[in-house]
Amino acid sequence: MKNTEAIEPKEIKVSSPPTGFQVIAREFMKDKLAMFSLISLIIVIGGIYYWAWQIDQTQLMRISLRDKLAEPGEKFFLGADKGGRDILGQLIVGARNSLTIAIVVTLITGFVGVVIGLVCGYFGGWIDNIFMRIIDFFITIPSLMIIIVFVTIIPKYSIVEFILIMSLFLWVGTARLIRSKALSESRRDYISASKTLGTRNIVIIFKEMMPNLSSILIVDMTLNFAGNVGLETGLSFLGFGLPPSTPSLGTLVSYATDPFIMENAWWNWLPAALLILFLMLAINYVGQAIRRSADARQRLG
Amino acid sequence: MWKTIVRRVLVMIPQLFVLSLLIFIMAKFMPGDPFTGLITPETDPARVEELRIKAGFYDPWYVQYVNWIGNAFQGDFGRSYTFNVPVSNLIAGRAINTLWLSLLSVFLLYLLAIPLGVLAGRFQDSFLDKSIVFYSFIVFAIPTFVLGLINLFFFGYELGWFPTSGTVDIKYESGSAGFVWSKFYHILLPAITYALLATTGIIQYLRSEIIDSKSMDYVRTAKSKGIPINKVYSRHIFRNSLLPIAAFLGFTITGLLGGSIFIETIFGYPGMGKLFVEAINGRDYSVITALVMLYGFLTLLGSLLSDIIMSIVDPRIRID
Repeated sequence: MKNTEAIEPKEIKVSSPPTGFQVIAREFMKDKLAMFSLISLIIVIGGIYYWAWQIDQTQLMRISLRDKLAEPGEKFFLGADKGGRDILGQLIVGARNSLTIAIVVTLITGFVGVVIGLVCGYFGGWIDNIFMRIIDFFITIPSLMIIIVFVTIIPKYSIVEFILIMSLFLWVGTARLIRSKALSESRRDYISASKTLGTRNIVIIFKEMMPNLSSILIVDMTLNFAGNVGLETGLSFLGFGLPPSTPSLGTLVSYATDPFIMENAWWNWLPAALLILFLMLAINYVGQAIRRSADARQRLG
Repeated sequence: MWKTIVRRVLVMIPQLFVLSLLIFIMAKFMPGDPFTGLITPETDPARVEELRIKAGFYDPWYVQYVNWIGNAFQGDFGRSYTFNVPVSNLIAGRAINTLWLSLLSVFLLYLLAIPLGVLAGRFQDSFLDKSIVFYSFIVFAIPTFVLGLINLFFFGYELGWFPTSGTVDIKYESGSAGFVWSKFYHILLPAITYALLATTGIIQYLRSEIIDSKSMDYVRTAKSKGIPINKVYSRHIFRNSLLPIAAFLGFTITGLLGGSIFIETIFGYPGMGKLFVEAINGRDYSVITALVMLYGFLTLLGSLLSDIIMSIVDPRIRID
């Protein structure tokens, strides 16, 4: 406290609080691993989409028995599977499919979860009650099993149906999270002030309340994205994901359920397993860094 | 306390009812009927038709539902038509395998996670703490089936330390010491995989709990009285932080159930999870419906158990 008098009141600089983006950028600068994850994720995902775009999928999935289980070498960089199909090509196209599904499911469930969560949290009362009962029910059901049953009931399913089935069960977590945050947010003074001014509810909810919850939402969606990659590849691994003719990372990993391939043809499944591992770790690291920037107490910088 | 439990149990009933209705409707949409498996070229179609009528295949759906749910209450979920045995017997046999696997997993989980969590909290921000947090983060991010496969590949095939499928070597006689050992040996690797995957929650919880209690008055009092630091940890901090860990048991059970489908498929272990995948592939829908009901019930039971333990252990969370 001895320096108090040294502070001259002539120059008062009012620093504006850092915006959300600045905080996030600062957090990434401080955390080398998160920075590395983010950059490598951008490169890998961008590379996969660009590369997959140049691959002809029907050509790729054509069976060529002469190349059955070909070892990695000149003809196939990562070898071939039981049908003599190029593993590297399947890895790229499969990763593109798995990522696309995870992204779309994350966006759909994020949108539905936010709308339901905000509406429940803002209005409360009977609307909230009805949705909470529905959410309670969704939490109790063994969703993995129900998704599997759904997939087997649907006679003809493609990527679109698969995305819809997954989305049907995965909006619940986001809705619950956003609801609880919206409940406390809707009791703040600025909301009451806005109500008194006669602002329409829909404007208050989406223009005034939602921006204040956006940091939580971004964190939730990043972690959901990682979870969805895991779930899609897991379902495809079990054989209940994408149809067999559509490559997916999970399908490639599922080749390992054949003990012969597991032991003698590691190039069939190990690259896909490692790619899943990389994606999950990197996305989670990025998510953790964003989470820290959303919560002032956890920040590193 | 009792009021809370009774209320929670009462809430479970409508949830189970809605679940059963959903499952029943889904089962109706499944291709085939319970007699598809019995039809061989020699079967008289008229006889099958007769069986269908007798089994109520053409009854209105609500009559079928009431019959199904009534039988289910008495533990009768019909017959499995791929295995041609009563579903309850089939599931009971597999459930025992899953139970053993889960018990060993939970044991290994606590054996591994409690020391790691305590060490991380006690030596906060040290290299040890950072490594433990890093480890727990990695296992949090890995999908079950990826870790399972990598474990199976390295420890089962490459190193040959563990058997790669099944429950017991056929050479042993049931009940002998070798039989028990072989059984234990077969579930060890899947159980380790399970335990590793579930450690994150407990490590994180214990770590932050111990860091919190370090600054508590009772710890400072104990320290200022001159009690050796190790004793402060074992007597005071550890005991206080450990009880809530019990509450994780319920969540652990729920988590194990979800993962059991992957683990049992990968390790070729004939438990309930593998049975579910087999039933789906064989369109054995009496088995599917029974298993989904059972898993739903166990999920509810797990969260109820956690809430009860939590409210006993930590009065702050008591809801009534």
